[in-house]
Amino acid sequence: MLHIYCPYCEEMREEEEFNPAGQAHIERPLQPEELSDEQWARYLFFRKNPRGLHHEMWVHAHGCRKYFNITRNTVTYQIMETYKMGLQPNITASKEG
Amino acid sequence: MSNLIQVESPLHHAQLDQLIGQSQSGGIIFHEAALFGHLNLRGNADDDAFLTGVQEVLDVALPTTACSSAKSESAQIMWLAPDEWLIVVASGSEYDVEEKLRATLKGHFAVSDISGAQTLIELSGMNVIDLMKKSTGYDLHLDSFPIGKVVGTTFAKAGAHILRLSEDKFQLVIRRSFSDYVWLWIQQSSKEYGLSIV
Repeated sequence: MLHIYCPYCEEMREEEEFNPAGQAHIERPLQPEELSDEQWARYLFFRKNPRGLHHEMWVHAHGCRKYFNITRNTVTYQIMETYKMGLQPNITASKEG
Repeated sequence: MSNLIQVESPLHHAQLDQLIGQSQSGGIIFHEAALFGHLNLRGNADDDAFLTGVQEVLDVALPTTACSSAKSESAQIMWLAPDEWLIVVASGSEYDVEEKLRATLKGHFAVSDISGAQTLIELSGMNVIDLMKKSTGYDLHLDSFPIGKVVGTTFAKAGAHILRLSEDKFQLVIRRSFSDYVWLWIQQSSKEYGLSIV
């Protein structure tokens, strides 16, 4: 079981309370009508699947029901940090080296 | 057709009133705090006008610290999320409280009457910690779960908000659709301690 820090409840909780919700930091295009079909499809359907560091959204489904972000290693399952919606990660692939 | 509407709690079918007092010596004491008024309040905790407005109506400050609760003579407030609270009031007064909140608060907020969506159960007794340990993964030690703290977590895999009322007394907010399941779970898992209904 993973032990996950919820930045809204401000404490560690069991993995059972959370659901993963896909890749984080995807911004909806401001002018969707100006995009080509390919660009729109990339926004809708194409997701990263990295080996190693990844930024994901999770939702504290049984707790505060808030979405937040996790920086997680997809190989070791290690969670490096969790941070609130709207914030940027402290740990990124470039910083990790 | 009768115009009288008979209100029934989600555990009406369990006929708890007939089970009261049948067993006196149970290690688990179960009580359904049925048919209270439940109001869901949403708003901005950084907005002073919102906080003072709620305090004016409920006679108690809104708990803005994570996982905290507050109580006045007429209402019990539980923190659900940074912008969401559950207000439990006496049966029949939920409409008045909702109207007062709507009249007092201005701007961006929401009040919803969710009395029919959930119910409250209270668990106590000398073995209550043992039962809770079977049912939830949350650390029940007083250091991590002090009196007055409210935790949104799972109870036997069903979502529940658990409020610690005293060292050996817990109040659970459960969905009405899960109430039968939780009732069956409590009966089953308290067999080794004995179950008293009050």
